[in-house]
Formats: sequence, C-alpha cells, structure tokens
Amino acid sequence: MLNYIWLFLLAAGILVAAINGRVEVVTDAALNSARDAVELCINLIGVMALWLGIMKIAERSGLVSVLARWLKPVTVRLFPSVPPEHPALGAIIMNLSANILGLGNAATPFGMKAMQELGKLNDDSEEASTAMCTFLALNTSCITLLPATIIGVRLSFNSNNPVEIVGPCIMATGLSMLVGISLDYWFRSYSRWRVR
Amino acid sequence: MLYHILTEVSRWAIPLLLLVIPIYGAWRRVPVYEAFVEGAEEGFTTAIKIMPFLVGMMVAISVFRASGAMQYLSLVLSPLTSILDIPAEILPLGIMRPLSGSAVLGMTSELMKVYGPDSFIGRLASVMQGTTDTTFFILTIYFGSVGVKKYRYSVITGLSADITGFVAAVYICNLLFK
Repeated sequence: MLNYIWLFLLAAGILVAAINGRVEVVTDAALNSARDAVELCINLIGVMALWLGIMKIAERSGLVSVLARWLKPVTVRLFPSVPPEHPALGAIIMNLSANILGLGNAATPFGMKAMQELGKLNDDSEEASTAMCTFLALNTSCITLLPATIIGVRLSFNSNNPVEIVGPCIMATGLSMLVGISLDYWFRSYSRWRVR
Repeated sequence: MLYHILTEVSRWAIPLLLLVIPIYGAWRRVPVYEAFVEGAEEGFTTAIKIMPFLVGMMVAISVFRASGAMQYLSLVLSPLTSILDIPAEILPLGIMRPLSGSAVLGMTSELMKVYGPDSFIGRLASVMQGTTDTTFFILTIYFGSVGVKKYRYSVITGLSADITGFVAAVYICNLLFK
C-alpha cells in the first residue's frame, strides 16, 4: 500500500507541476528535501544516543522489567505475542508515556528501541509482526494530554487563552485512540492479515 | 489547574528521568557510564539506518507539496468537506497532517497569522494539529529502523485513526467554539 501512496505523491506532484508549466519546482523540491532528510538523520543521532544510553542503564538495572511487570495486565492483552517482561514492553511504555506528555523528542528513540526489540522477536523479517502493527496503532493514535508544540505556536501569536484547546484535544485523541486500538484488534483477529 | 499540573509534569519529566534512572542504576550496582556509552552507540546506527527511508518519503512529500497538487486534491474532496462542515481553509491541513509535521506547523502558523489564534479557524487548526499524528513519518522511521518493508495493515489503522481525530476535532470545535 505504501508503494502506491509513494508513487501517487511523486507522480501527482510532477504531473500537476507540468500542467502548471512549473516543472522546475520539482527539481528543487526533490534535491532540497533529499538533503534535508539527511540533515534530519544527523540531528537525530544526538537525541537518539542520549535516550538509548539512558535506556540501557534502565534496562541493566532492571527498571524496565519492573515497569513492564506493573503494566502487565494491559500489555498481555494488547501484545499477546510478546512474552511478559520482555524489554520491548518497557520501551513501548516509555514511548507512550513520552507521547502522552507531548515530549516528541524523547518519544522517537524509545519507539525505535521498541521496534528493534520487537524485530528480534520477529526474526528480523521484512514483514511487520502483529505486535509491531499494534504498537504503531497505539503510537500514531495515542491520547495527548499536553500538545506542547501547538500551545507554543498559539502563545507566539498572542492568543488570549493558548490552552483552551487542551480539552478538545484530549477528547479527540481519546476517540482516535479508541478507533486505532479497535481497528488493530479487528485486523489481527478477523481480517485476511490475521495470524493463523 | 489541570493544565498547570500537566505543564509542570512535562517540564520536570526529562530532568527527572535523567536523574532517577542513573541513580537507580548506580544503586543496583550497574556501571552507569559504561552502560550509557554502550546504549548511546546504538543511537548512531539506528539514525543512519532510517536515512534511505526518510529520503524516499521526504522527496515524494515535498514534490507533492511544492507542485501545488494539494489544491487539486482539496478541490476533489470539497463535496466531502461541506457534508462534514469542514472549513475550506482547514482541509489542506488535514491532507498534509499524516505526511509532514513541519509542513503542517508552517500551515498552522500561516492560518493563525491570517485569522488570529482565537478565531474559529485558529482554534480548529490548533485542535487538529494536537489531535492527529504524522503517521507516515512515524511508519517510515519506525519500520525503517528495523528494515521492515511490508507494513501489512498498519497504514490503514494509522490513517483511520488520523481521519477519526480530524473529524472529531471538527465536530468538537463546531460544538464548542462556534
């Protein structure tokens, strides 16, 4: 599916630019964004190294498995294929907590760590495992208690009440999380992708 | 009140994590610095591993955006927006949201500059941005970091959650702010 979306974005973009007689913007956009992507990766290295370093301490000291044990009642239902107290669950919990608090920078490294742990359980296959799909469903639909970035933007435009949007955000993300989890459950239990 | 508690929590979260985890580790007799360095080493390889995925995605998105294809897509989708009561100014934001966080941030700022942060459009744009997620970006880098190329149903799940969040944001804002 992603193949088609990728092709659509690229082909539609070039077609529209050609029709509008501005095909040269494609060249600029493509070359600049390729460079930006690399820059983004380089910038990620520092944050990733910091959090994965801290995560390693948490893992070695047994803090991660303590956390995983606490949340076991929830995680065994969401991730039946992951052994309870597996390090992946600790990283998943850290990632979701960071998301809920609006700490985007800290969330990404924990998320990737979680994916790597899930990858080990998946024999490093090229196909996503069920647990990976559930994790991503949780991650992309996750409830947000504090949308920090947007509050910052509102503040910078001198809003009278920059935080009035927090309540609606919590309601709307709650709903999208419900849909994300339910749909994921349906896919892994009943669709043609289910694990047999 | 709740908001103050939440901002305090998020202000303290990172310093506290940086303090509590190493202290707990030292108490458990973990060689903390060595463990840190060992973990940090993985940061480099992970960040480099996602590069090809990120380049592919960002090039496609930026070509799509720069070409003006978005306006056409908004035009095609406009019957849908009138049914759901979505202001025409907001739709491009909804289309762009799963693709690129920075593009959407730029568009939101633009809307706030034009309409003001406390206008209906400004509030709706804020709620939308706080609600939905950059699903494609997340799929790209998370799956990229483990070399997964077949995403199975996760694109559909993620996008459905985004659409739900988008529609819910519009509905709630229409109810509260109009």
